[in-house]
Amino acid sequence: MTPTADRPLVDVRDLTVEFDAADGTVRAVDRLSLTLGAGRSLALVGESGSGKSTVAAALLGLHRGTGARVTGTVLVDGTDPATAPPAALRGLRGGTAAMVFQDPLSALDPHLAIGEQIAGVHRLHHPVSRRAARARAVEVLGRVGIPDAARRARSRPHEFSGGMRQRALLAMALACDPRLIVADEPTTALDVTVQAQILDLLHELRHETGTALLLVTHDVGVAAESADEVLVMRGGREVERGPVARVLTAPAAPYTRRLLDAVPRLDGPARTPAAPAKGELLLEATGLRREFGRGRSAVTAVEDASLTLRAGETLGLVGESGSGKTTLGRMLVRLLDPTGGELRYRGTEIGRLDERGLRPFRRELQLVFQDPASSLNPRRTIGASVADFVPPGGSEARVRARVRDLLDRVGLDPDRYDAYPHEFSGGQRQRVGIARALAAEPRVIVCDEPVSALDVTTQAQVTALLTDLQAELGLGLVFIAHDLAVVRRVSDRVAVMRAGRIVEQGDAAQVYDAPRDPYTRRLLAAVPALDPALAEDRRAHRARHPEPAGT
Amino acid sequence: MTTYLLRRLAGAALVLLALSVLVYALFYVVPGDPAKLACGERCNPAQIAQVRTRLGLEEGVFSQYLHFLQGIFAGRDYSTGTGLVHCDAPCLGLSYQTDQQVTALILERLPATASLALGALVVWLLVGVGTGLLSALRRGGPTERILTVLTLAGTGTPVFILGLLLLMAVCAQLQWLPFPSYVPLGEDPEQWAWNMLLPWTALGLFESAKYARLTRSSVLETLAEDHIRTFRAYGVAERTLVTRHALRGAVPPVIAISAVDLGSMFGGAVLTESLFGIPGLGRTLIEGVRRVDLPVVVGVTLVMGLFVVLAGVLADLLHAAADRRVVLK
Repeated sequence: MTPTADRPLVDVRDLTVEFDAADGTVRAVDRLSLTLGAGRSLALVGESGSGKSTVAAALLGLHRGTGARVTGTVLVDGTDPATAPPAALRGLRGGTAAMVFQDPLSALDPHLAIGEQIAGVHRLHHPVSRRAARARAVEVLGRVGIPDAARRARSRPHEFSGGMRQRALLAMALACDPRLIVADEPTTALDVTVQAQILDLLHELRHETGTALLLVTHDVGVAAESADEVLVMRGGREVERGPVARVLTAPAAPYTRRLLDAVPRLDGPARTPAAPAKGELLLEATGLRREFGRGRSAVTAVEDASLTLRAGETLGLVGESGSGKTTLGRMLVRLLDPTGGELRYRGTEIGRLDERGLRPFRRELQLVFQDPASSLNPRRTIGASVADFVPPGGSEARVRARVRDLLDRVGLDPDRYDAYPHEFSGGQRQRVGIARALAAEPRVIVCDEPVSALDVTTQAQVTALLTDLQAELGLGLVFIAHDLAVVRRVSDRVAVMRAGRIVEQGDAAQVYDAPRDPYTRRLLAAVPALDPALAEDRRAHRARHPEPAGT
Repeated sequence: MTTYLLRRLAGAALVLLALSVLVYALFYVVPGDPAKLACGERCNPAQIAQVRTRLGLEEGVFSQYLHFLQGIFAGRDYSTGTGLVHCDAPCLGLSYQTDQQVTALILERLPATASLALGALVVWLLVGVGTGLLSALRRGGPTERILTVLTLAGTGTPVFILGLLLLMAVCAQLQWLPFPSYVPLGEDPEQWAWNMLLPWTALGLFESAKYARLTRSSVLETLAEDHIRTFRAYGVAERTLVTRHALRGAVPPVIAISAVDLGSMFGGAVLTESLFGIPGLGRTLIEGVRRVDLPVVVGVTLVMGLFVVLAGVLADLLHAAADRRVVLK
């Protein structure tokens, strides 16, 4: 156990980490100090670029040999990972402190069986036979809820679902009985119901083994669910630190308050029902259907989807990954051909039109993509990208004036017409994406996860922009997202999708406050609550009503 | 899997067909009268006409080509002036020069070429992949820099220069080995191996440079991937990271390029064969071109194409076996 009982397990003092960048030095972490006692848990919360992951990497000495300059002292169970000799460092890594990485798809070796990977790591830290190590791998896989662990230990990572891979990474961390688990965004890539399962599991394991936890997350809700204490970071520095209940309910720092205000809440104010009572009926889908592939390998992505969209109205489309929401959204703007059902746009059947027949409607049906970085041509100026969508006719000067007007409208400086996408932040690029959609003078915009790549404060700005523009222009908006709280904030009506079907549809207030479908209820219950006491209640509720295994 | 194989083999047949059309077409563009060449120095026009009839050169290009195809699938008969010679399917025709059946000629020359190609494969896999791995392990150090210079020099040195240097050093100066002359494997395996040693080394080393660079860059690329970070964070030593996890990344490209190289070498590594006097397909092809011997040129080209295509299929199968995420459809 601890050599000296009064010394904290993790002791970081004046940690500064600097990287060399093209334009000078970037200070990712700036004189940060923190301590974490044995068996305790601390969440590092911050937006992208706040330096939280850099801190986590420093605890395991992962900056060694990367060219990063690390100053200050870090002690993990008495060892300084920045200066320890290689053998001691390898003992620390995995043995004392185990890291659980984000993005479970790429965090495991694609070529080796999962059990073999865990056994290999176990044998590094415990001098046991191969057979014993393999048995240990099966044991920990079973412990994290992998069904039929002995058989599944022989699977390769691609044969596991995202949730199962994240469980396997947790199992790897457990395999060596570490005293500290460092988890870097462990649930970011997961669906909300799977996220709840993983967080519950983490909670349970810690309760059982007394392992300390350092959790890195951008999601305040995840922090509220899992940590005793929160440290809010911004620009590499500590903004505020304290017990999770105090920081989340009575934040002292203005930045924390802004951050918390920006987090969309399920219990926050819903959208003001200011939307015009009933605008023109724009889209009407009846029994829409889409299959991919043929014969035995055919997959039905969307089945029997019926919905309507009126001018001036926002329809939220929520569902977990693979639920078919993107496929449905793309059919609505006819980027995909429906394989069945009807789709009417202002009374005209457009579901079966070919490319020629669609031409008159293309301009009026626009799409805003999730990733503004990859949906803009990196080699063209943003002005040129937007100008492409301005309806033809008119001189170059008039097109330019129109684009400048659009940039101004989405909150960008029109003088940055000739700047390239990489010169903008994620939020600004999404504004360019919106300006591009608006340039075509559409009546319908389908936004596919428009804010899920953005930080919460930026998210709030972009959703506000969309709402304003819609009210001003009377657009029909379809807002696709996996984040139920974001959808609630922008939508008048909501459709919940699961496995290709719309399981529930109705006014936002009704769907969120009195959900009729059991799946909607489960989905809502899985959203992390910002209040730790409420989170505890929900966790207890989930424990009494377990999910079907295998996810 | 079965569908995949059927599709690939059908594709291979089409490629070979296209290849044969192309070679035929090219052949009729280049100057030179095969009948005159086949007849010899002192031939009067009547004799040449006789030879032309015998070789079937009277017919149109198209009908010659159709007969050629018929020969491959059903066999065909040739008149020799005195009688008929039957050529069994797959018949690639008779050499204009020697009247020998091309199929038999290729089968006779193939073992020498196969010996050379397979031996060189072993050399470049061992030396090339080994060198690449070593420079990935020692990245940033003096070893890597020396290896980089060596592989660059290797890529820049033509195979016949490398072969000549080897011959001069090993056979002439040091006299460790006699000058190589080809001995078939079936005759005397030991002599076969001794005589092939230099050709293998020359061709293998020449190819190794490419494989060293390929292996090094693939390993380094894999080392930058996220799963390597996972194992580093669990205390796996750098050497183990490279040999156990990152080397895997080099397997697919090495397999893919090796298969293509091996396939085309089965069609003859012309320079190496000429330099070391190996009676392989490469030399056969060059002689055929020089003497405007259409059946030989077409036959060897088709066999070369066949091996390249088969090597491609083999590479896909090996790739799928090495990486279980790959599904052949």
